[in-house]
Amino acid sequence: MSHFINNKSEQVDKSNTDDAYTLGPLQVGLPCCMPEPLIRVDNLSLHYGLKPALEDVSLDIYKGCITALIGPSGCGKTSFLSVLNRLTDLIPDCRISGNVHYDTMDLRHPALDVQRLRRDIGMIFQKPVPFPLSIRRNIELPLREHGMSKQAGLNDVVQQVLQDVGLWEEVKNRLESPALALSGGQQQRLCIARALALQPKVLLMDEPCSALDPISSGVVEDLIQRLRGKYTVVIVTHNLAQARRIANYAGFFWIKDQRAGCLIEFGQCKQIFEAPVHELTAAYVNGSRG
Amino acid sequence: MFLSRTDRQLAALLQGCALLAATIVLLILLFLIKESWPVLQHVALTRFVIDASWHPVQGLYQLTPMLSATLYSTLGAVVLATPLGIASALFSRYFAPPFIAGCYRRLIELLAGIPSVVYGFWGLITLAPLIGRLHPPGVSLLTGILVLTLMILPTVALTADAALAAVPLAYVRGAAALGLSRWGLISGVALPAARSGIIAGTLLAAGRAIGETMAVLMVVGNVVQQPQSLLDSVRTLTANIALEMAYATGVHRAALFVSGLALMVMVLVLVSTAELLSRKRHYG
Repeated sequence: MSHFINNKSEQVDKSNTDDAYTLGPLQVGLPCCMPEPLIRVDNLSLHYGLKPALEDVSLDIYKGCITALIGPSGCGKTSFLSVLNRLTDLIPDCRISGNVHYDTMDLRHPALDVQRLRRDIGMIFQKPVPFPLSIRRNIELPLREHGMSKQAGLNDVVQQVLQDVGLWEEVKNRLESPALALSGGQQQRLCIARALALQPKVLLMDEPCSALDPISSGVVEDLIQRLRGKYTVVIVTHNLAQARRIANYAGFFWIKDQRAGCLIEFGQCKQIFEAPVHELTAAYVNGSRG
Repeated sequence: MFLSRTDRQLAALLQGCALLAATIVLLILLFLIKESWPVLQHVALTRFVIDASWHPVQGLYQLTPMLSATLYSTLGAVVLATPLGIASALFSRYFAPPFIAGCYRRLIELLAGIPSVVYGFWGLITLAPLIGRLHPPGVSLLTGILVLTLMILPTVALTADAALAAVPLAYVRGAAALGLSRWGLISGVALPAARSGIIAGTLLAAGRAIGETMAVLMVVGNVVQQPQSLLDSVRTLTANIALEMAYATGVHRAALFVSGLALMVMVLVLVSTAELLSRKRHYG
């Protein structure tokens, strides 16, 4: 993945065979039984100004799996996600220490091509953010930005990703109408489609269902399930039942000493929910704390 | 609709204000028509276009040279000031470090506060001789356009800046998360989102340019003639009124009020156009 670094862009990585992959209708991928770390985080700490937000977090994100991050509000889960696609760059006086690697690439390298990285590591926000453009332009905009300009190709991708998220039948006759006129659930699926259009390897999801009604939430949850295997998903959720249903791995964050968030326990989802090691985890997943 | 007592009082107060404002505009329009009536009564509207010249005392009422002068100077100033103003807003919003952006904004606000006579004076003393070197006499349509551009630039820049500031932060984060460059964010998301605000600001600036009298009067030469080039002297409708009102009586005076009416119609057309423009393809 050294082509991410600007000054070594001529080197092409041989190990990355996924480049030939074209989006087809999504199928449920293989259950992730090959725990191969794609993102490795070591001793990550994060400060906003003088205020610590994360302290000494170390965990691995496994390729093709769904990793759920759970814990109370304000314990740094969203900050953690923002580190992984360098969205923290947008926040002035945000300081990060520790090591974060994506595949073989140092995510904190100053010369990292951030735009290229964010194409590989997409993000879905809690509140869906369709741009004030037409449905079609919403998906085309990032594609054009990343160098795809042939209209025929764009049309194909638009149809493909909208089918992938199950939105095609609902919007195929009004692709030119404003995206903001869609319902909340449709908007969120459009945002996922827009992220999928860039053929990312990783999707970071920050409470993607919490602003949606239960039915839309269920649709999006099914969609996330179907992403397993083809994409590596990291999802922050406050819905413990949801985490339990969809995740392969789970990490439990907690606010230590009233100041910084930290990772209390990380492991297989089943183990976190059924046999937590730490007493805080047990209290949280049983609903008696947090 | 149910309204509580305070809401009812507030509604009554606001209705009163709105009614007052609307009445004043209508009264001004009525007054203009009334005052220009002595001319409008006897003179066909076409005479304002086909008459040989503007000599109201001799009964010649051609307004087109002045209409064109107002139109060209406004159009020129808007065409120059809009891209400059938007560029200025983009600089302070997306490219300047916060401290510089703050200072820069204060500076633009200062520019907006300079009285128009000062702009006119500067244009006459500095700009006109410069353009005069290119082609005498220097006081010309071009000088007027440049002075007007400078005058309406802060309006465009500040309203565009405010419109861009109102673009939700979520769009900025969303665009960044999709790997969009800063220009991709600006052209693809921020400008479309800020579109109606920027159009409103440009309209406000155009209104100011149409109505500006003193500064323009000082730098355009005030010769009543159809401009053949940017370097010709011209007279705008507003300048026409200001120059002749002191000694105009009878039909002459009424003819000046027709100039005022023509200005009002121009502003009306401008407002309606802008309204249509901002309605079309609106995705807010």
